[in-house]
Amino acid sequence: MKPAPFSYVRPSTLDEALAVLAADPHAKVLAGGQSLVPLLSMRLAQPSTLVDINGLSELAYVRTDENGVRIGALARHADVESDADAWRVQPLLRQALRLVAHPTIRNRGTTLGSVVHADAAAEMPAVVSLLGAQVLVASTDGRRTIDAADLFIGPLECAVGTHELALELQVPALGRRTGSAVDEVARRHGDYALCGVAAVVSVGESGAIETVRASYLSVSLTPLVLDLSEAFVDGSASDANLEAAAEIATAGVDPETDIHATADYRRHLAGVLTRRVVRDAYTRAVAPDPEGAR
Amino acid sequence: MTSQPEILASDALHHVTFTVNGAAYEIDVPARRLLSDALRQDVGLTGTHVGCEHGVCGACTILMDGRPVRACLLFAVSVQGASLTTVEGLGEPGDRLGPVQQAFKECHGLQCGFCTPGFLTTITAGLRENPDPTEEEAREMIAGNLCRCTGYQNIVKSVLRAAEIRRESGGA
Repeated sequence: MKPAPFSYVRPSTLDEALAVLAADPHAKVLAGGQSLVPLLSMRLAQPSTLVDINGLSELAYVRTDENGVRIGALARHADVESDADAWRVQPLLRQALRLVAHPTIRNRGTTLGSVVHADAAAEMPAVVSLLGAQVLVASTDGRRTIDAADLFIGPLECAVGTHELALELQVPALGRRTGSAVDEVARRHGDYALCGVAAVVSVGESGAIETVRASYLSVSLTPLVLDLSEAFVDGSASDANLEAAAEIATAGVDPETDIHATADYRRHLAGVLTRRVVRDAYTRAVAPDPEGAR
Repeated sequence: MTSQPEILASDALHHVTFTVNGAAYEIDVPARRLLSDALRQDVGLTGTHVGCEHGVCGACTILMDGRPVRACLLFAVSVQGASLTTVEGLGEPGDRLGPVQQAFKECHGLQCGFCTPGFLTTITAGLRENPDPTEEEAREMIAGNLCRCTGYQNIVKSVLRAAEIRRESGGA
């Protein structure tokens, strides 16, 4: 299993990278390569040119302020996962990154690369969809920002053009009195999940649940976000309300059968995991010490 | 308007320099040469094993600037200037076994040995980060590497024994 031949260029400036991408619609950006290189080796992709951005060290950053976390195109999963400020402001990043493949893969794979790879079976597209993150992209025409809601077009297809380079992932901070959680079921540790769910729960001053949103992976062609708030009209995380939320989830997902699991089993998991992560996110939302609850 | 950098043809050779186990190497490779193949064929160090060749099995795991990475998921041309450590670099001076190697020997942590180089590199880096793992943490440490012979029990024991050996020798 060897990749087909391709031309290779390692630009030393962002402008050079954008010039190559503008000139060749069949060029592809290489960042971490943890999804791209297997695709090349299996010859599922045969780009004409790889534009290796690993020389653009100015894109290797994780910057956090009270509004959120900004993640540069060369920030590795491991960098984001270990960043204490990012953890404080948006804990769902670390919670979800711990489920992305194995630590060895996370040492090289980039978080933004995982987002624009747009795999609906992967954690990061589901997380950015749930959190309403944005991706800043650049081309020789200038820069634009793409909302998560507009980012995922189809399986492995995202709205970043072939002439564009995804520069930065912008993830908003978790709000006050808000908790997050994520869980998944996989055949083996580190495998793609049969089904995964991330949830964000917000409560009011009194601790009553106000909004519950959940994002699903591996059960739809593009990341699926469901609003489960209506299951919690009395504001409590009672078993009956969690069951109602699970019913919304099982009715809302659209899984497919493959060699790993049947559609019915994935649908069942969506319900089970919904109950589990919504309860966990609620517990964190009402925790007196939000730092400790993370 | 920035001019485009020169792009070599797809069959052109790229001059790449890096260090492996402290020694400097210069190789000329096509862009598509995987680092796992470059180490074995161009550098001549065949300790790094190539199993699945798509990042799943972990046999080709090496250390790049101290962190474990899959050599089959990197292009040699892309690691220009990096400092690499392969299984050949894990021994102690005087041809003595390193702590993880010694632990594998003592605990029977290998049978056919094909997966072993990837386990040794992964555990070497893992113990630097967590010198005193619990059994559960030891299992977590090796979760990204596949072994088809041992059933993993003796590899988990090897992780814990390697941690002991490191402590006895004052940490390596």
